[in-house]
Amino acid sequence: MDELYCVHCGRTVEQCDAAACRNARTSLEPPRFCAQCARRMIVQVTPNGWTARCSRHGETASRSHQV
Amino acid sequence: MTAATQQSESTVGEQDVLAVAREQVLERGVGLTQDQVLQVLRLPGDRLQDLLALAHDVRMRWCGPEVEVEGIVSVKTGGCPEDCHFCSQSGLFPTPVRAAWLDIPGMVQAAKETAETGATEFCIVAAVRGPDKRLMSQVRDGINAIRESGNDINIACSLGMLTQEQVDELVEMGVHRYNHNLETARSHFPEVVTTHTWEERWETLRMVHEAGMEVCCGGIVGMGETDEQRAEFAVQLAELDPHEVPMNFLIPQAGTPYEHYETIEGPDALRIVAAYRLAMPRTMLRFAGGRELTLGDLGAEQGMLGGINAIIVGNYLTNLGRPAERDLSMLEDLRMPIKALSDTL
Repeated sequence: MDELYCVHCGRTVEQCDAAACRNARTSLEPPRFCAQCARRMIVQVTPNGWTARCSRHGETASRSHQV
Repeated sequence: MTAATQQSESTVGEQDVLAVAREQVLERGVGLTQDQVLQVLRLPGDRLQDLLALAHDVRMRWCGPEVEVEGIVSVKTGGCPEDCHFCSQSGLFPTPVRAAWLDIPGMVQAAKETAETGATEFCIVAAVRGPDKRLMSQVRDGINAIRESGNDINIACSLGMLTQEQVDELVEMGVHRYNHNLETARSHFPEVVTTHTWEERWETLRMVHEAGMEVCCGGIVGMGETDEQRAEFAVQLAELDPHEVPMNFLIPQAGTPYEHYETIEGPDALRIVAAYRLAMPRTMLRFAGGRELTLGDLGAEQGMLGGINAIIVGNYLTNLGRPAERDLSMLEDLRMPIKALSDTL
């Protein structure tokens, strides 16, 4: 599914400031906004992964946490 | 314990500070004073390698070659009522972090992931002013479940400011170490946090120490403090005499007052690491958050060879770290043995 929104700032992909959202800092950030609807997600970081849950679109996870 | 404001020995300003440190710290095990730490922080770039080498020698002499490995997890994320300006978990700033609770199976799984790296420490952390009954109950149930799973990893906690009753309860739960960072120099703290005081944090640390738990207390550099305040903080930590000092480097978090701060330069970060080692020759000095951004891979290695003897592997509370395997591989390449659980019992 195409990403419509930036997972770091929640703006549309077209409006996202790439310099602010694709850099060394954000490479160390889990996603915070749902890529489909831009809702803020509930994110749990664990020692070797993360899960992020959108109230509408469900849960996504790092590769290490995918089942 | 009172705030430290030691004056330097008379040698400062008359002799090269590294020569003084070699005799004072390496040979006698006496940490640098505030003025001496400041001198170290102001050493020119062409002395950095000499400084790191000395700090490494001090670490090897007074702490030994072993590295303590730790994993951490946030059991209660976000929604914190405090205004620590560096923190994306404050509910007072418009950050993208939403409140979340980790359930008991999640805690057991996180402890398992940590133990599988070979780590001997697992720290349970909550973004709170201090724990309420619900959080204490969650921590107790989590620790019991971790033990019932057969995981005997050492468990530490970081739950904010405590009452004496809560300190006693954590001891009874078997928590062997408590983390509560002073964050920065006493003189700089009011610029960083306004909802509680440095002294309130100190009081929790005093109770933890008196209860017999190991004290873990460090801070974050890069929050607008001066070199003088970095030196001040080093001797304040030395006076506290914690078992462990975690060293964090500011990650400018979106939505916080420090969002637009620049990260400090790698050489400055290494200089601080080495200076803190020379101020606290026997203390466990741990690489914590922000090292990936500030130092990168090469800088992390230099830090391990410049006074650091402990490391958080894997992810942090809200930020990701580099994969644990890369840090473990780095330690292997550096021929630094990982502290075994049997060594801590």
